[in-house]
Amino acid sequence: MSEMLQVRELTKRFGALTAVDNISLTVDRGEVLGFLGPNGAGKSTTMKMVTGFLPPTSGTAEVCGFDVIRDPIEVKRRVGYLPEGAPLYEDMTPLAFLNFVSEVRGTAAADRADAIERAAGLINIGEVMHQPIGTLSKGYKRRVGLAQAIIHDPEVLILDEPTDGLDPNQKHEVRELISKMAEDKAIVISTHLLEEVEAVCTRAAIISRGKIVTDGAPETLLAQSRYHNAVSLRIGVGQAEAVTAALEAVEDIDRIEAAERDTQSARLIAVPANGRTILPRVTEALRANGLSVYEISAERGRLDEVFRTLTVGDRGAGEER
Amino acid sequence: MRATAAICKRELIAYFSTPLAYVFIVIFLALTGAVTFYFGAFFDRGQADLQVFFSFHPWLYLFLIPAVGMRLWAEERKTGTIELLMTLPVSTTHAVIGKFLASWIFAAIALAFTFPIWITVNYLGEPDNGVIVAGYIASLLMAGAFLSIGCFVSALTRNQVIAFVIAAAVCFVFMMSGLELVLAAFKGWAPDFVVDLIASLSFLTHFEGIIKGVLDIRDVIYLVSAMVIFLFANRLVIDLKRGD
Repeated sequence: MSEMLQVRELTKRFGALTAVDNISLTVDRGEVLGFLGPNGAGKSTTMKMVTGFLPPTSGTAEVCGFDVIRDPIEVKRRVGYLPEGAPLYEDMTPLAFLNFVSEVRGTAAADRADAIERAAGLINIGEVMHQPIGTLSKGYKRRVGLAQAIIHDPEVLILDEPTDGLDPNQKHEVRELISKMAEDKAIVISTHLLEEVEAVCTRAAIISRGKIVTDGAPETLLAQSRYHNAVSLRIGVGQAEAVTAALEAVEDIDRIEAAERDTQSARLIAVPANGRTILPRVTEALRANGLSVYEISAERGRLDEVFRTLTVGDRGAGEER
Repeated sequence: MRATAAICKRELIAYFSTPLAYVFIVIFLALTGAVTFYFGAFFDRGQADLQVFFSFHPWLYLFLIPAVGMRLWAEERKTGTIELLMTLPVSTTHAVIGKFLASWIFAAIALAFTFPIWITVNYLGEPDNGVIVAGYIASLLMAGAFLSIGCFVSALTRNQVIAFVIAAAVCFVFMMSGLELVLAAFKGWAPDFVVDLIASLSFLTHFEGIIKGVLDIRDVIYLVSAMVIFLFANRLVIDLKRGD
């Protein structure tokens, strides 16, 4: 069965506030789903319900065929979960903590050391295994949390902001690790770092006010951007007007935006109407007018702009719970 | 079962990784010694038994035991680790039992350290050691009943101080319900069976029965059922208050 995680019509209300509103999703083996949304949109609440921490108001989730309401223990066995903020028992050392987690998970005593070594090696926390967790840096704490989530080599991995608080190198490492593990697992990560989606996710779902507003491959999301297939040109400062005039004649260009400029060069962005491909026509128009440019490229689209368009007005919808 | 054992072990180690365990044991031993010898006039009684020693235990437990139970769940809530714990494959019941057992074992360790007084009384005279064993059992059951209240109250809040104060108050009510102080308030107007019911709820009545050497199974059942009921309430609270 390739559908390892199935979320069906999941809803959670806290009093009058509907935190999660009728969300349905499936995640297959080999997929990394990026769960995007502003703070308070319902990302964490959804994850808490899928992992069996919070009971849903209605709807349910299934992990490898087990229902989280009817068989919570079976679901928890198969899920590795990093809660938001990576809460840990700070009085323990990572070694004692990982040992505790694998003991509760029922790993045989003989296999525990191997499981811990494998997870610690993957996450690169070998050198702090004997220091109390409370004394570790934020980056290390987050990684101990990750190690805890993968210690039993779970089939489904649910990570709530896995790279929050990590430096760029550590972020890169964690993303590589996620991509590496993705082959035989179904992974859901929540994030508000859009570059993360492009870096590791095979699919992205944007959630706003408890509802999924879009769900698709990052490329599909990018195609929704106004800047999808836009052409960016870097030109000499003096040429700006000539180039603008030349481009205005090209069909399918919606408008021309002036971007940043410095003393020598300026950048123009030609935004196409309805995301059509305009690069060939732009180069043709430049050649016909005898204009030269320093740099020319087509944009794939801007995720942050798509994100803003889809979730605008969502601020103040309530704190993330 | 294995998960319960793992949780129990973790909690027990957690007690000893902070000064709490050592402070508790030292204070408990100092106070049991002090009250037995000064207030209990252990030597002046001229009797080779530990009845005065045990009779002060409920009063010491009243404020010491809530200190042992207060962090069990309140701390998990405060630091958010409850989310970690409750998404591991362990049922709420097993987690509740694991934590309670850890605190009970800890109380038993503290109680075990009072062994010098047992040796002393055997050295000075010829006490009935059966009665002393019954006293230790009663004391342990009493600690367990107070701890189950402590666990339950700790699950209600994320603030350890509140957990401590409320647990001490609840323990006090259960302990005192057999004394004139409480019963007098009911005797004037309530029917006899109500007064008897309230009196029979008293931990102290059941405790004193056992330390006199009468190991009545009903007293044991009473204290054990108090534990079961409060731990069951503890489980309900954890399940109902997950998200808070």
